[in-house]
Amino acid sequence: MNAPILSARGLCKSFGGLRAVHEVDLDLVPGEVRALIGPNGAGKTTLVSMLIGRIAPDAGRILLDGADITRLPAHARVRRGMAYSFQITSVFQRLPVEENVALAARRRLGRDRAAVAGEVARVLAEVGLSAEAGRMAGDLSYGHQRLLEIAMGLAQRPRLMILDEPTQGLAEAEVAGFRRLVRAISADCTILLIEHNMDVVMALADRITVLDFGEVLAEGTPEQIRADPAVQAAYLGAA
Amino acid sequence: MRAAGLHLGLVGLLLAAHFVLPAYHHGVLARVMVLAAYATGYNLLFGYTGLLSLGHAMFFAAGMYGAGLGVRFLALDPGLALLAGVAAGALLGLAVGLLALRTAGVAFMIVTLMFAQATHLGILLAGRWTRGDEGFVLQGPERVVLGLDLGDAAIRYLAAWALFSAVLLLVLRLVSLPAGRVLVAIRENEERARLLGYDTRAHKLRAVVLSAAIAAAAGAAYALLFGYVGATFASVQYSILPLLWVLLGGAGTVIGPFLGTLLMFYLIDTASGLTPAYMLVAGLALVLLTLFAPQGLAGEVRRRLAPWLP
Ligand SMILES: Nc1ncnc2c1ncn2[C@@H]1O[C@H](COP(=O)(O)OP(=O)(O)O)[C@@H](O)[C@H]1O
Ligand SMILES: [Mg+2]
Repeated sequence: MNAPILSARGLCKSFGGLRAVHEVDLDLVPGEVRALIGPNGAGKTTLVSMLIGRIAPDAGRILLDGADITRLPAHARVRRGMAYSFQITSVFQRLPVEENVALAARRRLGRDRAAVAGEVARVLAEVGLSAEAGRMAGDLSYGHQRLLEIAMGLAQRPRLMILDEPTQGLAEAEVAGFRRLVRAISADCTILLIEHNMDVVMALADRITVLDFGEVLAEGTPEQIRADPAVQAAYLGAA
Repeated sequence: MRAAGLHLGLVGLLLAAHFVLPAYHHGVLARVMVLAAYATGYNLLFGYTGLLSLGHAMFFAAGMYGAGLGVRFLALDPGLALLAGVAAGALLGLAVGLLALRTAGVAFMIVTLMFAQATHLGILLAGRWTRGDEGFVLQGPERVVLGLDLGDAAIRYLAAWALFSAVLLLVLRLVSLPAGRVLVAIRENEERARLLGYDTRAHKLRAVVLSAAIAAAAGAAYALLFGYVGATFASVQYSILPLLWVLLGGAGTVIGPFLGTLLMFYLIDTASGLTPAYMLVAGLALVLLTLFAPQGLAGEVRRRLAPWLP
């Protein structure tokens, strides 16, 4: 097996008395699509927030390419090749779509305007937003704003992308588009995908990690997870 | 291109005004240009980065006293005094930035206000050198640089013009560079900017230091060109004024601070000729503005006519 691109060991986070994440271990292999599932409130967003550095863990370690990044601020982790898209859409509402993406590309490409413009055009075409380039991000439909988030992730050319419920609130046709997009992205990027839609999970994931009450309940291939009685009891049955 | 043309056009217009304006307005414009440089520096932080400081008078005063005390006690020539003033402002900006940027929003406003109050108090307490509220006058040879007397109306105007033009074009350039775009990104959504890999804390600190340095350059120029150094310029009033000028002219526009400073000056000038309650007129103007042009003059122009306006 390949050395993991990202490893977490013993991650814990409590909010007041509430154990949101408890003793979670996670290993992501380069190139895989890993789905992270679990009921609402299971701690999925809290877990990935610790991985990207938005919140600090109470305990545990995080390694990226074998190097300890537990204490690194979020921006430094992004610079090492991680990208994050928020569960609650977070774009620059009052800036044009192309500037949203350009901001993501410029951190890598700097002052080279031609290179930035080329990257923006490429990425907008990839997610299908070329026609919206000049509009204000806040004027886009909800589904298009979610696509813009993905585009901002792509423009960073990350090695590991964390997507927190990208299909939440999308229409069925849009979900199908997303599936194709994530599959295309996964060709050259490891993906950690939080997702509620089980069709999407089963179609995309190489492996699935199930979180329940802040702890890892099960981990395995889609077939193994589908067959796991504990998972069925806790999650799939309920859904 | 259009943006460069517009701003270079303003710079050219102000130079041309030197040759045609009657003495009174010529003097007014010299003062307005220095204060507009101050407002332009303020706007870099407030309008572009989204950080509302209520203590910028401390940076203006740092420049004013850095230059004024340098001339008085170290016999610096005005050129070096200007540099000393800018350095004093930048250092103060670095110190205040390191501490105040631990906070955000209202807390940032309060912390900057308190640092400015402390600076004001410090100036009053150091009365032995600063002469406190009364201040001191720079005169005669103290204001001569390269054989040019800054007290002379023509030279004063041209020096003010040079300072304002430099600041205007610097900020125009900066906001078009990637680093300037990041400031706007921080204003719009700091967490998103951080998660695009930008060290937002460092960018904000740089913005504070640059904004403070520009404010200090204006303060130093004010001391050298108008020959007076006084504690009033460190008072709360001089922290609020740039905010008003910027709001009036258009926050987050390059040209707005100048327009706001100019308009406010003539508004108060005209009103005080008509009524002793002239501040009421200024207040009314601001109320009308927030009702009908909440984005300020240049902001409204950008919204309605010229979306390309930087
Ligand atoms: N900032 C916070 N403060 C307090 N409680 C929180 C915070 N963030 C999350 N929680 C709580 O932690 C638990 C896990 O939340 P979350 O990680 O968002 O779950 P999920 O993403 O799996 O739905 C929930 O009970 C939630 O209410
Ligand atoms: Mg969540």
